Amino acid sequence: MKYMLLIYGNESVWNSVPKEEFEEIVRQTDAQNRALFESGELVGAYGVADQDMAKMVRVNGDGAPAVTDGPYAEAKEYLASFTIVDCDSLERALEIAAANPASRYTGVEVRPLMHEAKLDV
Amino acid sequence: MSGVSGVPDPAHDPAAASAAAGRAAPATADPATTNPPATNPPATNPPATEPTAEPTAEPTAEPTAEPTAEPTAELSADEWRRLRGLVPAVLGALVRRHGHFDLCEDAVQEALLAAAVQWPREGRPANPRAWLLTVASRRLLNRLRSEAARRRREEHAAVLAPADPPDPAPAGDDTLTLLFLCCHPTLTPSAQAALTLRAVAGLTTAEIARAYLVPEPTMAQRISRAKQRIRAAGATFDLPPHAERSARLRVVLEVLYLLFNEGYTASSGDDLLRPDLTAEAIRLTRELRRLVPDDGEVAGLLALMLLTDARRPARTAPDGSLVPLAEQDRSRWDTAAIAEGVALVTDALATKPLGPYQLQAAIAAVHDEAPTADATDWPQILALYGLLERLAPGPMVTLNRAVAEAMVHGPEAGLRLLATVEVDDRVAGRHHVDAVRAHLLEMAGDRAGAHAAYLRAARRTTSTPEQRYLHARAARVADAVGPGAGAGAGAGAGAGEAWAASEAGEAEVVEVVVDRVRA
Repeated sequence: MKYMLLIYGNESVWNSVPKEEFEEIVRQTDAQNRALFESGELVGAYGVADQDMAKMVRVNGDGAPAVTDGPYAEAKEYLASFTIVDCDSLERALEIAAANPASRYTGVEVRPLMHEAKLDV
Repeated sequence: MSGVSGVPDPAHDPAAASAAAGRAAPATADPATTNPPATNPPATNPPATEPTAEPTAEPTAEPTAEPTAEPTAELSADEWRRLRGLVPAVLGALVRRHGHFDLCEDAVQEALLAAAVQWPREGRPANPRAWLLTVASRRLLNRLRSEAARRRREEHAAVLAPADPPDPAPAGDDTLTLLFLCCHPTLTPSAQAALTLRAVAGLTTAEIARAYLVPEPTMAQRISRAKQRIRAAGATFDLPPHAERSARLRVVLEVLYLLFNEGYTASSGDDLLRPDLTAEAIRLTRELRRLVPDDGEVAGLLALMLLTDARRPARTAPDGSLVPLAEQDRSRWDTAAIAEGVALVTDALATKPLGPYQLQAAIAAVHDEAPTADATDWPQILALYGLLERLAPGPMVTLNRAVAEAMVHGPEAGLRLLATVEVDDRVAGRHHVDAVRAHLLEMAGDRAGAHAAYLRAARRTTSTPEQRYLHARAARVADAVGPGAGAGAGAGAGAGEAWAASEAGEAEVVEVVVDRVRA
């Protein structure tokens, strides 16, 4: 089963983390990703660039894409990184999420990914 | 007997090595993500998904036996299958001669890939098995030599291959031994499945990765880790002691059934890039049945696979959507597979101790033998679920029995049984309960309740085809304007049974699931 672990950003949270502590978070995240790679469970881990870099694409009735800056302005928390793991159970996915340092700050959202097998067991 | 333990350094899986070498190590933080903005928590770059380089063509030193066929651009699917069929015998011979299961397994994989490159170009060898064994032995010995040289530098004596290899055991024994080893109880189910596909079925890492839709380095690492674990557990290349064999065989059966179900997808049949795991599972189970002919559960599992897979041609509509059992065109079922499955399960039930796979196969056989959905012998299915529940109790079995109960005694009886199981932690909150309730409520004529339950089930499943199916059911219930609309919903009193039979398809959705969950 594949699960997506989503970490949302919140400026007040991450700005309040001291430099040394942040470096420790980086170190722990690296260590976790290495461990997940070595166990054969890591499908991918990606940091998402700042929301300043985000574009929104909408295609209207005339078929011409309209590109605007940024995500929805009212969002208080935005996607900061995501990790996809392929593991044996939801319990294992939750364990991985709990071991991610972000779980101590913003929480880690765990979402099962849809698959094409005909039966969900 | 050669032990699989004994190589001190685990860092020699070429797949893992190439995975690590071919891209930035996953632990290397990417400056782009660890730099400011500091409001972003860090993430490292993933292993890339491009395939690792396959070994280049063999040097001319490799045996290039007399070509027996015109060279072609690549091996045909059939040739590739035959080639893969040689893997257990070649791997077994190599391990018995040299030990080091993990290194031998890599060497055989390299020999396979070399054959795929070389044979089409230079012609097929007259004796493919000898060719594979020669190439794999050479790869292995090269590896062991460099290993030995390294160890000598570390002031350890190294002993290479013994001069006189022991007599090779029959190839069949090797397949069985390999199955037991790959399905070692210390491995997780996904690791057992991956290793079995490579070391017994002879699939390449790239093929297995495609089958599971994960990057190749991920799968390479999973396989490498599985082999490390087996070595750490001290497992040897021997059949398990007699006292353990029965329990170990159950694990093998679970892994094979897992493979079968992984392959149970709409698209696997016509997707050339994704190996057909269902076909591989049937092939391996058939082989196991040949090696362990006296075990009723091996026969039962093979029968269950055949009887389930027989419906595959009718199970999917042209648009890829699920066709429930009751609505399938039964003329498209594979009658040869059904006949074989029925014969297998009939014989097992008559002569062997009863087991869960046999009972599930018997249930599948009752479905397969019904000329029409209406003619399904539901009382017999209900009785079989009753037996199954006594033999292997669990909420999934009870869920299925609730469907059969409704078919025989009406939806209210089914709902009563459902109420006893829906609080079970193992199924509470899962879509199976909602799907069964929706079905039973629809049978009972409660369209609003059925609609809500179908939608809840659709929200809770993670299978896309199943979700589409459940949404379609929900829409159908909502669209029905009166009690006589839809699928002839038992308008007349006492018509419940006929209506139920026409709606029996959902039973299959749950039915097939049973053993996966129990396993």
